[in-house]
Amino acid sequence: MSSSPYVQLNNLAKHFGKVKALDGLSLDIAEGELVALLGPSGCGKTTALRALAGLQELDRGLMIVDGKDVTFQNANKRGMGMVFQAYSLFPHMTARDNVEYGLKLKAHRTSRDKRKARSNELLELVGLSTHANHYPHQLSGGQQQRIALARALAISPKVLLLDEPLSALDAKVRTQLREEIRRIQLELGTTTLFVTHDQEEALGIADRVGVMRNGQLEQIAAPDELYDRPGTAFVAEFVGLTNPISGVVSKGAIELLDSTVKVLKGSITIGQGIALVRPENIEVVASQSGNATVFSASFLGASCRLSITLNDGTRVTAQLPSSDAVGLSAGAPVKVSLLDRPVFVKPII
Amino acid sequence: MKKSIGVRIWRISIIAVVSFYLLMPLYAMFDFSTKQFGLGGKSRNLDSWRIIPSQPDLAIAITRSLLTALIVMALILFLIVPTAIWVHLKLPLLRRPFELLCLLPLAIPAIVIVVGIAPLYRWISINLTESPITLSGVYSMLILPYTYRSLSAALDAVDIHTLAEAARTLGASIGRVIFGIIMPTIKTGIINGSFIAIALVLGEYTISNILNYKTFQVVIAQIGRANGNVAVAVSLASLLFVLFLLLLIPNKKRLGTVLDVDVK
Repeated sequence: MSSSPYVQLNNLAKHFGKVKALDGLSLDIAEGELVALLGPSGCGKTTALRALAGLQELDRGLMIVDGKDVTFQNANKRGMGMVFQAYSLFPHMTARDNVEYGLKLKAHRTSRDKRKARSNELLELVGLSTHANHYPHQLSGGQQQRIALARALAISPKVLLLDEPLSALDAKVRTQLREEIRRIQLELGTTTLFVTHDQEEALGIADRVGVMRNGQLEQIAAPDELYDRPGTAFVAEFVGLTNPISGVVSKGAIELLDSTVKVLKGSITIGQGIALVRPENIEVVASQSGNATVFSASFLGASCRLSITLNDGTRVTAQLPSSDAVGLSAGAPVKVSLLDRPVFVKPII
Repeated sequence: MKKSIGVRIWRISIIAVVSFYLLMPLYAMFDFSTKQFGLGGKSRNLDSWRIIPSQPDLAIAITRSLLTALIVMALILFLIVPTAIWVHLKLPLLRRPFELLCLLPLAIPAIVIVVGIAPLYRWISINLTESPITLSGVYSMLILPYTYRSLSAALDAVDIHTLAEAARTLGASIGRVIFGIIMPTIKTGIINGSFIAIALVLGEYTISNILNYKTFQVVIAQIGRANGNVAVAVSLASLLFVLFLLLLIPNKKRLGTVLDVDVK
């Protein structure tokens, strides 16, 4: 029994008028796992999350959590903790009252002493025990989201649902809070579904990342696998940067930039195609007899991004450690080749 | 520096003009209520104010009107507010029709409304009760335009959908969401709407007079026919009372303090 997934979403479908928000979405989440759903606006990721929370009715599909069918269960009976994109603290309650709110309700009723102990524990966990008596209007955006997280965790939710909780925050706070969410999730072992359109966020904290498109799951895999071995052209192009370079595929490999590299599963198997090459998989060395010229160079700290014009006029972007990019300034002749890493090749349309 | 002094003078001037415009009639009422015209010419005293308590029916009319106002307030709290929240939360398509419905009493003259509901009140007074408190029914309809606008503005100012969904996921029932989360959040709107409603109920004359109920305003009018000075004194007292109620409406600055204090 322990091998069966903790959360099972089977064939979920939801239409809004003519728009298919979910079109047969199926997803399994293991107990204690953090899965991120990533995708462009309108791909259905938030609809899926809201459906699991019980806030969105479905046209069809089945949702099983901890072995129980929750498809038709009311939101207030599901025991899901949710943190929203918009600030959602109850404005007339202090931070502590917000955290304790769920524990006062029938579904999770707890004695006063236990409630207080639990709120102390969670406020401590999110680093805001000194702000227990502050009202939401006295807290910053990051602090409000921390309290919202503590509130969602207070009821010991079956699944923690995070609906782009960091998108309203500035970059620095976002990174900090992202790491805190992961730390807390690992500490508590809470099964978590995290929806975001920010790939850095998804790749940074999730055990597995699911990329959604048009209401369906395009691919779900560990972040490194998703990045290095995309299963579709959409995933390759959506996650990270790629250089589209045309070449000919034969015998499971493609010839590009004087190199031969293997093609990934799902690519075309033969003929002319467009390889989607990651900037860091392009090797650049200074060479008077090279096949390209540096067009521009951007210093990014630890790495350097080069825009390179190939002899045939194609422009590609390469990213290499700053130490390897010394002397590669605009106009420098270079030799460009590929590292021996497999690439995804899509057909020419 | 010069500019700020100029702005200050400009502000003070505007406040002075508006205050004069608003307070002058009140002063005129006070002036009239303290003047006595007799054979010996004009004299000035507070007799009209002193005899207010001894006016027949006045105390009972005030009590009735206040009781009616309280019932109207209860109707606002337990009927209109939850309905407005429900429409905003669950029936967004009905928002416009509901708003139009609530604005109707403003468009229909009171005299037309009273002609329409007179048979109903005749039936009520014959079969149920003759108490003027039954007027709270028609009054709660009359105050709809003001109360609904106030509530609607408060509901639009906060993201009640997210608050409601957050409470739902934490285990709250719909009733708890409305009464425990949304209503405290739009407290200012509810207080505004309620006080405006009280002011309107205490000041209403046409309907109660035509339906023959002795409310506060009807009794004032009766007193006025017997003694103009006393009627003006009573009117001024009632105006000041309503003004006092309106001043109780918490402003935005005070709201934070109100929330800080009464949340427990």
